Amino acid sequence: MATLIAPEHSSAVEDAEKLQKACKGWGTDEKAIISVLGHRNAVQRKQIRLAYEDLYQEDLIKRLESELSGDFEKAVYRWILDPADRDAVLANVAIKKLSPDHHVIVEISCTRSPEELLAVRRAYQARYKHSLEEDVAAHTKGDTRKLLVSLVSAFRYDGEEINTRVANSEAKILHEAVKDKEFNHEEIIRILSTRSKMQLMATFNRYRDDHGTTITKNLEGDSGDEFLKTLRATIRCLNDPKKYFEKVLRNSIRRVGTDEDALTRVIVTRAEKDLKDIKELYYKRNSVSLDQAVAKDTSGDYKALLLTLLGKED
Amino acid sequence: MALPVDIEALDKAFSGIGVDEKSLISILTNSNEEHKKSLRKGSSKLFIEDAKGFERSDQSSIKILKHQFKRFRDAVMLSILHPWERDARLIEKAIRKGPKHYNVIVEMACTRSSDQLLGARKAYHSLFHHSIEEHLVTHIKGRERKLLVALVSAYRFDGPGVNEDVAKSEAQILYEAINNGEKNKLLDHEDAIMILATRSKQHLQALYQHYNQSYDKTLAQDLEGEGILKDTVECLCTPQTYFTRVLEAAVKEDADEESKRALTRVIVTQKEQLVKEGFVPNKIQDILLGLYKDFMLASIASGDIK
Repeated sequence: MATLIAPEHSSAVEDAEKLQKACKGWGTDEKAIISVLGHRNAVQRKQIRLAYEDLYQEDLIKRLESELSGDFEKAVYRWILDPADRDAVLANVAIKKLSPDHHVIVEISCTRSPEELLAVRRAYQARYKHSLEEDVAAHTKGDTRKLLVSLVSAFRYDGEEINTRVANSEAKILHEAVKDKEFNHEEIIRILSTRSKMQLMATFNRYRDDHGTTITKNLEGDSGDEFLKTLRATIRCLNDPKKYFEKVLRNSIRRVGTDEDALTRVIVTRAEKDLKDIKELYYKRNSVSLDQAVAKDTSGDYKALLLTLLGKED
Repeated sequence: MALPVDIEALDKAFSGIGVDEKSLISILTNSNEEHKKSLRKGSSKLFIEDAKGFERSDQSSIKILKHQFKRFRDAVMLSILHPWERDARLIEKAIRKGPKHYNVIVEMACTRSSDQLLGARKAYHSLFHHSIEEHLVTHIKGRERKLLVALVSAYRFDGPGVNEDVAKSEAQILYEAINNGEKNKLLDHEDAIMILATRSKQHLQALYQHYNQSYDKTLAQDLEGEGILKDTVECLCTPQTYFTRVLEAAVKEDADEESKRALTRVIVTQKEQLVKEGFVPNKIQDILLGLYKDFMLASIASGDIK
């Protein structure tokens, strides 16, 4: 369930006017920005951008970029974009880093629905004049590259059918591939990037039933092995995305110095999806609410925006 | 009774691509039993003398005839289906039928636009309850699998703005992969597959030019005899060469059934290009028969109707 609190009806024109007022003159009224944008869903945000452009012949996003700064600006920028466009930006940022954030690519390709991933690929092309798979291929190497390119190119069947025979045989293949630590990467990549999500969950369950332990536990190992890390992230995202996101949040807050990029990314991309469920998992795991943890670890307008997206009543 | 002429006419009605329905009607409806017996005796391709004293049909020849009659139906089906369903069914059939048909998969993946290919992938889900990639990995165990999966998964950028330096350096990568190793190891060459499967067509066409300029031969020439690798490069960089080659193979003297089927597929799916590029061999006027011929020629003639 979503955490975003947005009214059923809102006036894009009124909202655009409020935002313009917040940006006018010296200084910016960040609270007003948060109180409008932090309570609008994707459709509404898009209408606001159109209305703003119409009224003031200016791109609202550009305006906000120039008015705001720091983590708050980054968060607002990501929040205000269309989900597919946002994912395209996140992917590009992850790819272009000196040391690419492979797990972000995994996140986007494995936790979005097949249709959503297609929309991301389209948005990526529109923005960057390259295909997503092209850029991933150009900035990664070896087996990690093979895995990531396969994942972003996948268009999984989205039906519910499960073939138990396939689940059985592929659980075996995965176990074989994993147990001697001599991973047959081709087969693992093949299974993880072509099967439907329902089929994969059946396979993972079968694996657990047959071997008494989850496949991710069997993949624990050298954290210096980039392929292994990426593979674990892949399986986690495919198997239980909410649990995966809880872990990302937990790690981003626990660190000495918060990982704002990760914190922003998860909250912004899940607020309209399943952040509520993730919050419940977080509480179960950490005995403190996510809201409290975020409030403790962040400050200022950035904190205010995150808490708003987390569902804080004004 | 003009018997020899009838035997010749009967033979001719079955000796092209398609069947001459009009001729068959005229011969058969004007024949009494005596006449038909003589026709059977005279058609050594279709009938053999049975020991029990009658002219028995040669089933393998009859089977070939079935293909001929089917051509019109297949043309109608290919023509009327939504392009997404059409392409999805062509891919599924090719996967099932095996290595000699993999060029059809390459054709679908590389000569369609990015959005058409996406559409075919969607249709595939609905029709076959699996993704194309899934079926490819399930049914294809050979080394072509990697390339085919990659080609079918592509969503290539379609637009200007090629980085010529990158195109040139990637031409070099391909050159070295082809000329330094064993040529057919190219199917396992990760960089080569990445280049062919992820780069835009514009980029690959620029790469093709650089290759030609730098090495005095075309990439296609260097991949002569390399099956789907050559098909891939041609479909992406010089599709008219690929289609011309396919059409000419279809109308050759000893063309097999699969080559002939390609005629229908190419003419129906590429008719706009056919008119523009004008690469339909003249021979098809002579070699096509009947309603099938009418359909094919009309398709080509109407090719510039949008």
